[in-house]
Amino acid sequence: MEEDSLNPEIELVLIGGSAGSLEVLFKLLPLLKADLKPAIIVVLHRKSAGDSSLIDLLSTKTVLPIQEAEDKDLILPGNMYLAPSDYHLLIEKNRTFTLDYSEKINFSRPSLDVTFEAAADIFGALTAGIILSGANDDGTIGLRAIKKAGGKIIAQDPTTAQMPLMPQHAINNLKMDHIFNTVEMAGYLNNL
Amino acid sequence: MIEDEEIEILLTDLFDIHGYDFTSYSRASLKRRISRLYSLDKFPSFAELRYRVRTDESYLKRFVEEITVNVTEMFRDPSFYLSLRNDVLPILGTKPFIRIWHAGCSTGEEVYSMAILLKEAGLLKKSLLYATDLNPSVLEKVRKGIFPLIQMKQYSESYISSGGLADFSTYYTANYGQAKFDQELSDKIIISTHNLVSDSSFNEFDLILCRNVLIYFDKDLQDRVLKLFDASLGSLGYLALGSKETLKFSAVQNNYKQLNREKIWKKIV
Ligand SMILES: C[S@@+](CC[C@H](N)C(=O)[O-])C[C@H]1O[C@@H](n2cnc3c(N)ncnc32)[C@H](O)[C@@H]1O
Repeated sequence: MEEDSLNPEIELVLIGGSAGSLEVLFKLLPLLKADLKPAIIVVLHRKSAGDSSLIDLLSTKTVLPIQEAEDKDLILPGNMYLAPSDYHLLIEKNRTFTLDYSEKINFSRPSLDVTFEAAADIFGALTAGIILSGANDDGTIGLRAIKKAGGKIIAQDPTTAQMPLMPQHAINNLKMDHIFNTVEMAGYLNNL
Repeated sequence: MIEDEEIEILLTDLFDIHGYDFTSYSRASLKRRISRLYSLDKFPSFAELRYRVRTDESYLKRFVEEITVNVTEMFRDPSFYLSLRNDVLPILGTKPFIRIWHAGCSTGEEVYSMAILLKEAGLLKKSLLYATDLNPSVLEKVRKGIFPLIQMKQYSESYISSGGLADFSTYYTANYGQAKFDQELSDKIIISTHNLVSDSSFNEFDLILCRNVLIYFDKDLQDRVLKLFDASLGSLGYLALGSKETLKFSAVQNNYKQLNREKIWKKIV
């Protein structure tokens, strides 16, 4: 029990990525078990605003219930949510989503930093943040907030990333809990 | 960083002293906006920020403007505008006179987009566009109809995807990095402050657009505002919301039928 309070169970996992991260998800999602404990929120930088096909594509890769996060939806354990394009995704105290149309951050909407910070604020130490391949700096500030709140932070091993800049930037600036390849990532998530 | 309790203190002050009721707004958004402003304006302490908000009218104006999100675009979601062109305007065109309300119009990019659609449908002359927002300063920009020239390339692309056939640049005059939209368009726009939380219905409309405003409201306030729209819409009028907003699950949903995949509903009572 002592152990539990020091190492609280992760209830929310955030996975953020940019260029080159879709390939990682295509490999990672099929490896996740059906009765996964935490909720998963995926935040991806997307090129075109109107591409609603991404959710269909991702849903072919997983047995988990997956949906695009909608305004006021309740975050449920074992469910996977994709941040919709062209909005920031925020989280309320009652664990519901709010969509936000404010300025782009790091030239991005959705921005990883925005959702990661919001999650750290609400889920605190129960949060894990994973940063995948990408060619910009988004995510590092958000991971810092998760770390500060007592959560876990993880980077894709940059040597396995198509675009190493984003995970490398986090590694250079923060003390990561883990640096994983895709298979290790799946193992970690399945054991939460 | 601003604490949750401090947000509540500010909201209470805003209401008690200034009459602005933000208590039903998304706390996650308010916290981000207030924290951002707190560091942007380099307040040494929360007490200092609170004092300014309580006592300094001109800072209050800035505060309200910054904690609400005023980002907007012309022809955002081109398929939405295409549907207005094809499915809504031909029906409205059969009326002798067309009244449109843009609630939460921000700086007016959406209103000018609408005016362009009306002009191209040959309906501008018999139309009036009411543009309202909580913030007086954004409305000043609507009145001027001047937007950054640098954005025109993207707006022009969205305009074309929305079914626009003209050369977009014929609608404005470029000058010193600014694009000033034609007087013919602004002449049809009526501007007024209107707070969706506290002000009531002020006219009857054929089409109401309120996009990307309801996402900041809690469920109860969303319902109240949708009732206000319902009361302000003539029979067989249209209601248009943002691409992530819905009438579903609201108190008025049975009075409406969604037209197609776009967030446009027709009043059926
Ligand atoms: C994100 S902008 C949306 C602009 C535009 N409709 C669009 O979708 O591009 C939200 C606007 O709603 C306004 N707003 C927020 N609360 C309001 C209220 N209670 N009454 C009227 N306007 C409000 C804000 O001032 C801001 O201009």
